[in-house]
Amino acid sequence: MSSDVGFPADLSLAPTPHEAPRVIRVSHLGKQYQLGTRARYRTLREALVESAMGIARSVGRGRTRRAVERFWALDDVSFDVAQGDVVGIIGRNGSGKSTLLKILSRIVEPTRGTVDLEGRVGSLLEVGTGFHPDLTGRENVFLSGAILGMRRTEIDEKFDEIVEFAEVERFIDTQVKHYSSGMYMRLAFSVAAHLEPDILVVDEVLAVGDAAFQKKCLGKMGTVARHGRTVLFVSHNMGAVVSLCSRALLLQSGHLVLDSDPITVAARYQATLTAAPTSTTDLAGAEHYGSGKARFVSLQFVPERRDGTTREMMCPGSRLRVETRIVCSAPVDSANVGITIYDASGYRLVDANTAMQGRFVSMKPGDEACVDFALDDVRLKPGTYLVGLWMGRSNVEDIDGILYAATLEVEPDPQQLQHSEQFPGSYLCAFKHSVVISTQAGDVAPPGVRDEPGQRSAAGASR
Amino acid sequence: MTHTSIRPHTLRIEPTRGWVALRLGEVVAYRELLYFLVWRDLKVRYKQTILGVAWAVLQPLLTMLVFALFFGRLARVPSDGVPYPLFAYTALVPWTFFATGLTLASNSLVGSANLITKVYFPRLTIPLATVLAGLVDFALAFPVLFGLMWWNGVAPTAQVVWLPVFIALAFATALGVGLWLSALNVEFRDVRHVVPFLTQLWMFATPIAYPSSLLPEKWRTLYALNPMVGVVEGFRWALLGTATRPGPMIVVSGAAALALLIGGAFFFRRMERTFADVV
Repeated sequence: MSSDVGFPADLSLAPTPHEAPRVIRVSHLGKQYQLGTRARYRTLREALVESAMGIARSVGRGRTRRAVERFWALDDVSFDVAQGDVVGIIGRNGSGKSTLLKILSRIVEPTRGTVDLEGRVGSLLEVGTGFHPDLTGRENVFLSGAILGMRRTEIDEKFDEIVEFAEVERFIDTQVKHYSSGMYMRLAFSVAAHLEPDILVVDEVLAVGDAAFQKKCLGKMGTVARHGRTVLFVSHNMGAVVSLCSRALLLQSGHLVLDSDPITVAARYQATLTAAPTSTTDLAGAEHYGSGKARFVSLQFVPERRDGTTREMMCPGSRLRVETRIVCSAPVDSANVGITIYDASGYRLVDANTAMQGRFVSMKPGDEACVDFALDDVRLKPGTYLVGLWMGRSNVEDIDGILYAATLEVEPDPQQLQHSEQFPGSYLCAFKHSVVISTQAGDVAPPGVRDEPGQRSAAGASR
Repeated sequence: MTHTSIRPHTLRIEPTRGWVALRLGEVVAYRELLYFLVWRDLKVRYKQTILGVAWAVLQPLLTMLVFALFFGRLARVPSDGVPYPLFAYTALVPWTFFATGLTLASNSLVGSANLITKVYFPRLTIPLATVLAGLVDFALAFPVLFGLMWWNGVAPTAQVVWLPVFIALAFATALGVGLWLSALNVEFRDVRHVVPFLTQLWMFATPIAYPSSLLPEKWRTLYALNPMVGVVEGFRWALLGTATRPGPMIVVSGAAALALLIGGAFFFRRMERTFADVV
């Protein structure tokens, strides 16, 4: 790390300067986005309605232009990366991590600043980039490989290895649309994992598949790193960052606030989490489906303690208030409004909707509705979850739906964190446990029953 | 490693403004990707269809039958001394290539949004691959054309050696228009509503159902500003030996197609920087 650019003196810097040449030099990088400048037209009807409303507005009140809201997704970020470094990039959602990776992988252009890269860059921002459902596994390996930047001879060479790693030998000549989601993910990751660029840029793609496959993926990443490749790795998984990375960067609302060893950065990140305010997700830019008679416009998560007071972060066993706002543009009669929580692999975990409790929502054009759900005792394990929204009438119509409206982060409860190891899975059951040890002499030790929820007991039982 | 040919030197990423270089060298470096994209388009195009690749032939053939009935038989449109069905089909083969290429290319970027937002490669390869894939359909429609010629007792003349030039002209026109429309479509989804309408109008502005000899001589050069006029007249001249000497028309059409293509490529590159942000 070149210590002369852009950091306050009190921040700890990477301990030793590397002998290796700098292969990534980022200087004063900034990316500005504009919000609310244009609505994208999806259908002719929408386009006509939009333009008719535009004309009506301009006739009625003269020219009213929607305010152009600008924000810096990334602001004045500078750092260097030496060859062979494995750098973790950490930050909350919206801190600019993905923007940084997208600039480094040349997907979007920066608004300011420069990046110099030496060597071939391979980026994995998604699992299954370029996969086509109608093609077979074999065909997809070649297609996806080519899209990720592999040469044909290279794919030929590694083909067997890729298929073996993915454990899909038997189905390699089956169309991937017939694959289970696990098989699909494994094959997709396997192609990506065999990419051998000089600089590898990875965005959380490790969060796929079952626990065993995740472990395998982490192992593969470790191998890549040991082969002297430079890796930039965005993750929410502090365990993976600490074990894989030699250095980590912490981003906060577009700024680089800390560049240090992974343990220091992970600790600082955990500290920022506790101070995070509840955030509202604006759903204007989200991908909606359905008739559009009414639209979800925002979504907010408010974690609460059991006594009903608001808390800063969502922990296992907290209450969670999910507050949605809906704006109606055409009459809606007796609609069911619901939320769904999925895990990171897309499995449906929680469903809550008004119909389950016998309530249906009717609205007139211009009405605005707030539909809130109070989920009690939410025992999701720490991790990242996706929340989807839906409104409609079952088997009749979808009025508005957003498959993945927002991510929900569940953090380990600091008060109950006795054992730091995270076990895979999604559900944390409240339980009691007892241990009985029989000694050889035959006398029985008094049973130790502890009546405490969740993690504490889990820790005890695992020893 | 063999990667050096893709990016031999330090790569600098910085903001760009205004018109930028085409960087065609990069497209050449990514030729394998281009090959795979074409291959994918071909594989997927006729999956789950009963008639499969037969569609490539049926489209111009059925249009020809309709034209032959209404324009040839009922309206008695002249056809430069060639049997009308052959006259129409010779024009419909390059026209179908152009119209399909244009339609698919204009949707190609939006249809590849998932790639554009996830991985880098020269974006020009997307519409290029789409139009290239159309060449295969074009080649499939050709044997039928030769069959029709044989059936009608028309032997190709020596002028047939010029055919590749006219194919290239059709390709350049399809790609040129495709580049403009695909880039515009990213920002303005109106394009997808304009395209069917545009191809329909364009068809009437091209001598497919009628010969360009219907136009007064002095207007033909202006008429040839539509590059497809040069293509269609060229095809008829090269294959059927129609009497009209298309020379000046082809020069004008060629210049128009080149302007469309070069302009389209620069426009595309100019719009390219915001594709991933907007699409």
